[in-house]
Amino acid sequence: MDKPDEIKKTLNIDRPEGDWMESKVEFKKGTYCYGAPLKHQQYLGLPHQREWQPHDPDWKLPENWKEIIIEGMKGILKKNRALKLFMDICVRCGACADKCHFFIGSGDPKNMPVVRAELLRSVYRRYFTLQGRLFRRLAGARDLTVDVLKEWFYYFYQCTECRRCSVYCPYGIDTCEITMAARELLNLVGCNIQWIVEPASNCYRTGNHLGVPPHAFKETLGFALDEIRDITGINIEAPINKKGAEVLFVAPSADYFASPHWYTLLGYLMLFHEIGLDYTWSAYASEGGNFGLFHSTELAKRLNAKIYEEAKRLKVKWILGGECGHMWRVIHQYMDTMNGPADFLEVPVSPITGTRFEHARSTKMIHIAEFTADLIQNNKLNLDKSRNDKWIITFHDSCNPARSMGLLEEPRFIIKNTCNHFYEMPENTIREKTFCCGSGAGLGADENLEMRLKGGMPRAMAVKYVKEKYGVNMLACMCAIDKAALPAVLDYWVSGVEVCGVHELVGNALVMKGEKKRETNLRGEPLE
Amino acid sequence: MKVILPFFLVIAIVFFIYGGIKFYDAHIILGIIIPYVCFAVAIVGFVARVIKWAISPVPFNITTVCGQQKSLPFIRHSFIESPASRTGVFIRMLFETLFFRSLSRNDRAELYGNERRLIYGRDRYLWLASILFHWSLLIIVLRHLRFFLEPVPHWILFLQDLDSLFQSHLTPFYISNVLISMGILYLFFRRFKKRNYYISLPSDYFILFLIGGIIISGILLRHIYRADLYSVKVFLYGLIYLNPVPFGGFGVMFYIHFCLICILLAYLPYSKLMHMAGVFLSPTRNIRNDSRARRHINPWNYPVKVHSYEEWEKEFKDALKEAGIPQEGGNG
Repeated sequence: MDKPDEIKKTLNIDRPEGDWMESKVEFKKGTYCYGAPLKHQQYLGLPHQREWQPHDPDWKLPENWKEIIIEGMKGILKKNRALKLFMDICVRCGACADKCHFFIGSGDPKNMPVVRAELLRSVYRRYFTLQGRLFRRLAGARDLTVDVLKEWFYYFYQCTECRRCSVYCPYGIDTCEITMAARELLNLVGCNIQWIVEPASNCYRTGNHLGVPPHAFKETLGFALDEIRDITGINIEAPINKKGAEVLFVAPSADYFASPHWYTLLGYLMLFHEIGLDYTWSAYASEGGNFGLFHSTELAKRLNAKIYEEAKRLKVKWILGGECGHMWRVIHQYMDTMNGPADFLEVPVSPITGTRFEHARSTKMIHIAEFTADLIQNNKLNLDKSRNDKWIITFHDSCNPARSMGLLEEPRFIIKNTCNHFYEMPENTIREKTFCCGSGAGLGADENLEMRLKGGMPRAMAVKYVKEKYGVNMLACMCAIDKAALPAVLDYWVSGVEVCGVHELVGNALVMKGEKKRETNLRGEPLE
Repeated sequence: MKVILPFFLVIAIVFFIYGGIKFYDAHIILGIIIPYVCFAVAIVGFVARVIKWAISPVPFNITTVCGQQKSLPFIRHSFIESPASRTGVFIRMLFETLFFRSLSRNDRAELYGNERRLIYGRDRYLWLASILFHWSLLIIVLRHLRFFLEPVPHWILFLQDLDSLFQSHLTPFYISNVLISMGILYLFFRRFKKRNYYISLPSDYFILFLIGGIIISGILLRHIYRADLYSVKVFLYGLIYLNPVPFGGFGVMFYIHFCLICILLAYLPYSKLMHMAGVFLSPTRNIRNDSRARRHINPWNYPVKVHSYEEWEKEFKDALKEAGIPQEGGNG
């Protein structure tokens, strides 16, 4: 891949050439994800199983693939007003065009949200509207061909369902809904990607995306406890599958298996110990994230079901969730609807402060940032901000907590109470206008790194700005995919800015009862 | 192609009307049949479309949240952008439909200077032009009610006076006519910017030409080819009360204006102009952000195959035992 400056030099976002209705998609290495392995398709029982790759000329589609897609589309249109409406009312004003990180970063005009939607809409018009049937191309309608299908695959797996365009759309048209529908359709003819199907299958079997079996899960938590002992001198426990605990804690599996997520895990464990929370992990529901969401609503529901099932079995009172992005889309907007009602749980009440979390009274699950912010507000934590002094911090709002939940101030409140140096990125790139890392919605694979880096460009440029202006050297965020993707993105575009979770900052600042003098931060770097 | 074709289509329609009146005296077709047919198509199409939307389920709460959620008491929640109450949603929709709130957020990404720095400039022209266009349109439609109501209500007369800034001469020009022309000219010319041209379809230009034709013929009708207002009113009254009366006293320009409107109405339910109704039903805007406080019901929610705890425990029995993780049947 070229150097950042080279890419920027040739980037063209103002003057697209050609006609989107005609061009054919080219599967260039570095821009697309590989197909799902047969084994995992089989485990999940997905439609039309086979080994295949997007760059194969023959996709080995079922013979009646066209009918399957059109019937499928009919089904979704019937079941979901959003799709029907969004197919009908777009006026192509173009307000969304330059809001997409993939469009800004790649300059590929079909990444403009309006065109991405038109890829599907043109087929909708052809088979479901009178003017499309009569006037075809003149009415913006296209026949469903293998080339169109390939184009769908390419561009709907080049959308991270971040919903930024939906903020700007005068009718609230949400490309996420369109991408979800398109992916459901692609799945009906067996076109899905490895980076989604494999984690989903792992999660279905073992309980988490990484496929960590229960004994390894316990072992890795054990390593974390050892590290905490080394840093603080305190012996901590991390209960697993403990019946009758007050709270079930669910975090994305990357937190206990990847870096820099790991330090956030240390932060959780230290916090829970310090406040004496009666809680448990679950090895069965050891995943907060939900790659089923990027596949189909059905698979999302199948994976999500474990959380309530486990909460019921363990007889906990309520559920606490860790730092994650799309996990919170599912929990905030889908879980209760899909797998509720959670009438066997109680409205979450913080056992430390007595605060009743009324806003989660039906779903009975709260976000750890809400929980911690409440602890801080009630002066329950002894925090030494100076332990985070080596970092000049900015905060990246993750797409889903920001635009699907509105979790904006809680993390900022925590950061301001645990750090001395905090600077916001430019207004157009934070809060509900935040830019995606470029790797969400199941696109965090290795083989599409070039596209991911391009998609991360707008986020990185905003970081570069605060780095140059305020000397920012740490980006805090609350999403497992962000933590996995942004180090590479920032390294490529900015360099010299690291990535951390909000609860890593909490863990650093937390003055624990009986701790030895801290020599290092959670990363093992000496404190100044 | 995508501009020229719709342009000539509208021109052809105009010629058709012109020829019909000039050479064939097609008053029955243009003055009775076309309006009734178009009106019927418009009503049936519009209602059918809205009903289709309205009866289709909204399986999930998919609000696009644009502000702080309602959570902890010490954090101020964004009442309108992240509405947790019906009132909040109502105000959000009011802002959206009356003031185009989302469009007013618009900015423009730009790669600036030699360094190609990625910057975001304010871009409110689209919003401004849309406001000018839609509000002027509303005023113009309300003004036109004077042709359908007898006696003309005072508020319409007042609106008319206001719109003409109380000019005292015989045919004052209306401010709304000027503003709507400015609005549509901007909306038209911006469609030729490379990026907008790329995303535009022939129908986008067709609608602009059609509405442009209506505006031009309307202005001409008022200031140059004047029609006798009394006979227009008699004519429209006849149509409304299903008792079409003989015509006279108004020329071809009236027919052009009138028939173009009829065609626009008939086309409306099958076009993107349905956004006027759709925006009210948009699930990303008209639902409360309270999905954890109140369960949203999916009418077609169905049971799915899950990997139950029992199956899981059976598969990992030995591993659980080895790790000392408690099991349902004990670890013996």
